Amino acid sequence: MAWNRKLLRVDLSKGTCTSEALNMQWAQEYLGQRGLATKYFIEEVDPKVDPLAPENKLIMATGPLTGTPASTGGRYSVITKGALTGAIACSNSGGYFGAELKFAGWDMVIFQGKSKKPVYLSIEDDKAELKDASHLWGKTVFQTEEIIKKSHQDPQIRVASIGRSGENGVMFACVVNDLHRAAGRSGVGTVMGSKNLKAVAVRGKNGGGAIRDPKAFMAATVAAKKVLADNAVTGQGLPTYGTQVLMNVINEMGALPTRNHRDVQFEDARKISGEAMHEKRPTDGKAQLVTNAACFGCTIACGRISKIDETHFSVVNKPEYWGASGGLEYEAAWALGAANGVGDLEALQYVNVLCNEDGFDPITFGATVGAAMELYDLGILTKEQIGMDAPFGSAKALVELAQMTAKGEGFGKELGLGSARLCEKYGRPELSMGVKKQEFPAYDSRGIQGMGLAYATSNRGACHLRGYTVASEVLGIPVKTDPLVTEGKADLVKAFQDATSVFDSAGVCVFTTFAWTLADLQPQLDAACEGDWTMEKLGLLGERIWNMERLFNNAAGFTAKDDDLPPRLKTEPAKTGPAKGLVNGIDKMRPEYYKARGWSAEGVPSKETLARLGL
Amino acid sequence: MQKSLHIDPNKCTGCLQCEMACSFENHGVFNISKSRIKVFNFEHAGRKVPYTCTQCSDAWCMTACPVDAIRIDATTGAKTVHEDICVGCKVCTIACPFGTVNYVAETGKVQKCDLCGGDPACASACPTGAITYVDANWTGLDKMQQWAGKTDTQPRANA
Ligand code: SF4
Ligand code: SF4
Repeated sequence: MAWNRKLLRVDLSKGTCTSEALNMQWAQEYLGQRGLATKYFIEEVDPKVDPLAPENKLIMATGPLTGTPASTGGRYSVITKGALTGAIACSNSGGYFGAELKFAGWDMVIFQGKSKKPVYLSIEDDKAELKDASHLWGKTVFQTEEIIKKSHQDPQIRVASIGRSGENGVMFACVVNDLHRAAGRSGVGTVMGSKNLKAVAVRGKNGGGAIRDPKAFMAATVAAKKVLADNAVTGQGLPTYGTQVLMNVINEMGALPTRNHRDVQFEDARKISGEAMHEKRPTDGKAQLVTNAACFGCTIACGRISKIDETHFSVVNKPEYWGASGGLEYEAAWALGAANGVGDLEALQYVNVLCNEDGFDPITFGATVGAAMELYDLGILTKEQIGMDAPFGSAKALVELAQMTAKGEGFGKELGLGSARLCEKYGRPELSMGVKKQEFPAYDSRGIQGMGLAYATSNRGACHLRGYTVASEVLGIPVKTDPLVTEGKADLVKAFQDATSVFDSAGVCVFTTFAWTLADLQPQLDAACEGDWTMEKLGLLGERIWNMERLFNNAAGFTAKDDDLPPRLKTEPAKTGPAKGLVNGIDKMRPEYYKARGWSAEGVPSKETLARLGL
Repeated sequence: MQKSLHIDPNKCTGCLQCEMACSFENHGVFNISKSRIKVFNFEHAGRKVPYTCTQCSDAWCMTACPVDAIRIDATTGAKTVHEDICVGCKVCTIACPFGTVNYVAETGKVQKCDLCGGDPACASACPTGAITYVDANWTGLDKMQQWAGKTDTQPRANA
């Protein structure tokens, strides 16, 4: 459907919804979704803005391939200044919501200002209006979706909403759509909550936009789907084990951060792995995993749908948690599990469901519990302060802390700060394992050196989805590089970051890149979109988006000092595994990376670089 | 050989490629709300079920239509709606026990699956084989083969 050429501007202060023509010149320079929405954001918002002030804006944006039969063409992103990080935030989500927004005839929705009372946005094709949400405030994501569908008498409505954590100011709240798909990181849901915006409900009956050359487009999408089906990762690994295919692999590499990164291998990794999700439980003879599931248009279907053991302590007498629900994905299984030393698969799935139900990021939450457990271990946090014993490995503490965070009670309020603010508060800022106040995901950069650089320089704080060099360093995609060395990683990280920016702006899932390169995406884009979408244009596009985001962060006050890793990763060598004795070589890689990017030693893009990219 | 759509819900992932293909084939747009096949998501059971017209031999919709707008396609056996004849009275939508004939407000007529004239777009688009287009007399062949494969009649080596 390429672009609808139309955006919706919602002024929450004034209570108005207005239609605007999409800036098609920008669409040629920034494509859509991440790139185009960030361009709008940067043009309209002061980089110094307080993320929770009404002056911050929040954009929900689709790409030109969203809502088309291109495989995985169902994505949308939420772009804002992140509550957790204070940096540019762009969180990508699948499910069905993005495609529905496209069918309703919009490319993106820009929210500005702040509503006086809780509201939700209702979109039915070109009709958009703000509706009272006082009856939804205080409700979970699951309840909100159900109530909206009922009151509109339309089960086919798609809903994106925040849970109680987004209302309570948990700094890492998500926007959750279709019950268990989330724009998860950087606190984009916190920003949504600060605007008193509870939900967006969309129904698109019209469809819209136009594919430039439908015949060529169908041929290109069919060819690209075949590439996914024939690839071992996207055709077999991901559908069978989901992203959880990685748990045992990464553990064996000695790159599975364990107990707040004290260790790099987890003795119970196997118990929380994708393989374990397939095994029959002794209690009820059933496997946790019920089936795999796809997001809109996806021919990979990495999604996991699971059922928790009804006899597990976390859900005894709670039949509302006995049904099938989303999870576990690798990042969540790691963050809730290995990061805390918890090897109880059922507890992890229960907490994962709580994260979906009340809309908070399991990566940051799990890592923050890990930091709290270390503070407890060191005697800095006491049993009285936390309200319970919280040693590493305690599934009981994990479960209770998740419930408290969801509801905003007791120590849950402090966990809601995220690890950076929590550790700062208790005088040990160096124990927060992250970059730019955002916690690391599931790869230890002592065992996968390139990821250290990818984390340090990610524009939205530590993240695996900005430059996934794991693909190369571990899986050999597109070429195998040695995970234990720093040589060549600056160029590798840059290449991944730039290419990912294009995929994130097209409307497709980054998991396609296990099989697709830009050369597989290019014919699909070119057939769908007007303008000459050559490989060269796409290459420049990715680099342009990266530098644009960087300029925003620099103007927001970030400097080269913020492109760094916590001391633990630079001074405490890995204790076991193939990376034993190694620390991350970030200080060596960073200057090489700045040079490869055409930036000064202070991490500022040079005039020539900006001119070359048309910035 | 007459063929039939054959649906195996256990293989369905809920990607909706079938709905997109249907709307494109019949309406020239990518828009699942125009699709004649629907995939239902039973969230709590973790089941996705694609559902469309089964092309009954003795079709209720066809019998109910007062103006004879629903007729059998001689080659495919599909019960097809002739839009030029349909008056939009919706009696067929009441008659069909499965709900697979539906009114389209924009055209004032009804629509239902017509097997795309013998090359159903949903079946071609389905990446998992949840929808196939097979010999109408042998829709059970797949299942028979699966069960046959489980029938162990070989003597065991070290039993
Ligand atoms: S690969 Fe997974 S996350 Fe990506 S679109 Fe497919 S099901 Fe969704
Ligand atoms: S195309 Fe196949 S797998 Fe996808 S939703 Fe339709 S029946 Fe299910």
